[in-house]
Amino acid sequence: MAVITMREALNQALREELTRDENVFLMGEEVAAYQGAYKVTKGLLEEFGDKRVIDTPITELGFAGLGVGAAMVGLRPVIEFMTFNFSILATDQIINSAAKMRYMSGGQFKIPIVFRGPGGSAYQVSSQHSQALESWYAYFPGVKVVMPSTPADAKGLLKTAIRDDNPVVFIEQERMYGNKGEVPDTEDFTIPLGVADIKREGSDVTIVARSLMVPVALKAAEEMEKQGVSCEVIDPRTIRPLDIETIIKSVQKTNRVVVAEESHPFCGVGAEISAEITERAFDYLDAPVRRVSGADVPMPYAKNLEKLAIPDVQQIVAAVREVAYLD
Amino acid sequence: MATQVVMPKLSPTMEEGQLSRWLKKEGDQVSVGEPIAEVDTDKATMEMQALSSGVLRKILIQEGESAPLGQIIAIIGDAEEDISALVGKAGSPQEAAKTKERIESSVEAGQDGAQAEMAGVVAEGARTQATIQGEPIKGDTGAQASQGQQQPTAQGGPTTASAGGNGSGTAESAQGDGGRLIVSPIAARMAAEAGINLRSLSGSGPGGRIIKRDIEAAINSGKQAAAEQEAAPAAAAATAPPQRHLRAVETGAQPAGLPSMEGPAPYRDEPTSVMRQTIARRLVTSIGPVPHFFLTTEIEMDKAAEIRRSINEIDPELKVSINDLIIKVAAVSLIQHPQVNASFQDKAVRYYERADIGVAVAIEDGLITPVIRGAERKSLGEIAAEVRELAERARSRKLMPDEYTGATFSISNLGMMGIDEFTAVINPPEAAILAVGSMTPKAVVRNGEVVVRQIMRVTMSCDHRVIDGATGARFLQTFKKILENPLLLMA
Repeated sequence: MAVITMREALNQALREELTRDENVFLMGEEVAAYQGAYKVTKGLLEEFGDKRVIDTPITELGFAGLGVGAAMVGLRPVIEFMTFNFSILATDQIINSAAKMRYMSGGQFKIPIVFRGPGGSAYQVSSQHSQALESWYAYFPGVKVVMPSTPADAKGLLKTAIRDDNPVVFIEQERMYGNKGEVPDTEDFTIPLGVADIKREGSDVTIVARSLMVPVALKAAEEMEKQGVSCEVIDPRTIRPLDIETIIKSVQKTNRVVVAEESHPFCGVGAEISAEITERAFDYLDAPVRRVSGADVPMPYAKNLEKLAIPDVQQIVAAVREVAYLD
Repeated sequence: MATQVVMPKLSPTMEEGQLSRWLKKEGDQVSVGEPIAEVDTDKATMEMQALSSGVLRKILIQEGESAPLGQIIAIIGDAEEDISALVGKAGSPQEAAKTKERIESSVEAGQDGAQAEMAGVVAEGARTQATIQGEPIKGDTGAQASQGQQQPTAQGGPTTASAGGNGSGTAESAQGDGGRLIVSPIAARMAAEAGINLRSLSGSGPGGRIIKRDIEAAINSGKQAAAEQEAAPAAAAATAPPQRHLRAVETGAQPAGLPSMEGPAPYRDEPTSVMRQTIARRLVTSIGPVPHFFLTTEIEMDKAAEIRRSINEIDPELKVSINDLIIKVAAVSLIQHPQVNASFQDKAVRYYERADIGVAVAIEDGLITPVIRGAERKSLGEIAAEVRELAERARSRKLMPDEYTGATFSISNLGMMGIDEFTAVINPPEAAILAVGSMTPKAVVRNGEVVVRQIMRVTMSCDHRVIDGATGARFLQTFKKILENPLLLMA
């Protein structure tokens, strides 16, 4: 298996899907001539031409709407937001148009569109550019939400997302674009949506983590191993549809859960997972479900404060110790 | 309109009742006068009857749990009506105290407590149901009823009122005896499946929360105890252990096989019944803190003396004394009467599964009781050698603490000092001590003839919290029978 970066894995997925299906096209700010703000679309303009890889003005609502229209007439647009913070401007198209059209047309229109780009915190880009918005999109029926944590997952999931006939919000993480990992060489490697992945097996505490928090949770699990606590790390990979069964099975085994997330705690995806666990596996819990979330404040600009606002290994370790009654 | 069912006063000295069995379950129709539960009072198991008709909406204490007089234990109402206010009140200790006061005062005034209770509460504007005193069902403590009827789920404990009730009342009674149990859901579930009484555990989680590892520990110790029971049927056969011990948790359990001869004697704790607690409480107020009583019997020692003489004639090295024989016979009798090989532990009576005999040895300025562990399984020669060796070191004050503590029964012998008969003081927490007098030839009547026999008088002091007169007497009968016919040691 080749070891490549997540950036390269995403690039491969786009290239393979552009090659496979002539209806697929890319659109967004700086995706073509500049080869992507984070170089995810590197080489694609040259290879597929400017009908397939299209630069837009800074008009998120506009090009998101173009994408929804294109999807309605049978194309498969992949819309890149330079960051998901800018998708806030396009929410009317994503939520009111993309998410609703299939339902409101009585199934006459399929909307095979992918909105992708980095979400969550980056490096000192302050409050307006460090937001984790997955709970916004996951809230609405009609949109699928995907958040990969490894290069392999990124590639396999993006290819599946592009082939899906429904709108998919595909949230990457800027801090993870350079993360390397093995990606299977198998031809046409895909991963189904809605299937969680057990990143590490364990028996005492379940840590549910997504995106940036997966590597952090794995480090915390290593640390806990030294302290004699075996942690199972589950990455849902798809936030909606959520593979709650895999999580519940794990909780039935371990009886203790920590949900780690980069986003704010209030009304977050962690709150949803926690509620699902309480509803479905209450009788298996030995401790309250414990969330470890980003600080409930706008992201600070100052580097030291930014560090404090994002969950780290120690915070997860502390939470695991708490649910395992070690303190 | 919904009515509350409160713990009724079913006997003159009753302070609290243990619910041994619900005869109705939540959702069942009940009508006035119909029995709804059996309550284990300090005297007997009584049937409790409904004072109003309707649907048994909510059961607030589970089988095996106790509630003080006046505590709301269930609610009867219409199928649809909102009972959250009443459920909320159930958790309040003040409510229970008020109701109890009313019941007490009406009983003193010679009224039927239940009816007066009705009247009093109706006057207050909120009908509370008390119950009519029923006929005793049986005189024991209802152990059978609670065994095999473990509540299916233990969640919520006796007062599930916290959600709807007022916050202040529930917070303070968050844990502790009689208060709301805090149990993690998986722990509650495991306990229910394993038939473990959560009230007998103390939680190791925050605020005393009972968590998974507490149940695992209880299950493990239970398994060990069970293995021990199976492996040692001889000990168990003498007296079928009360079934209730199955859910007793704290045991000084040993791995399978016969109890080891090392360390303190293995034991099992059985929760004390309400009756046993009442006996303990009342008797201590009379003679305290250990309420003694005394049983004396005369034992014909001719055969014992003969056996001892023969043994020592065959092997003079053994140097068996009459006292060694007494130790052995006492130990064997204790295994046949485990009720005497016990100690009072406040909330439980602890039954030892090995007879560890303390032998009082006079030393300069005092006395000390070296312990012969597992004497029922030692030969007379072994006992003799061990007593000699321990007594010698006792006199030179070289005993280790574990050699003179932790006996399950003691023997004090002043016969060699020419004392005919005396009473000894119990060495707590043991439940009994045997005072042995001198063996002297006396004229006695046998088959209508006056003959001379070697007579020894023994007096057993008993802790009345554990041993009742008849229990102690039966032990002494066995002791006397074996000592008068030492060949029975072989039987």
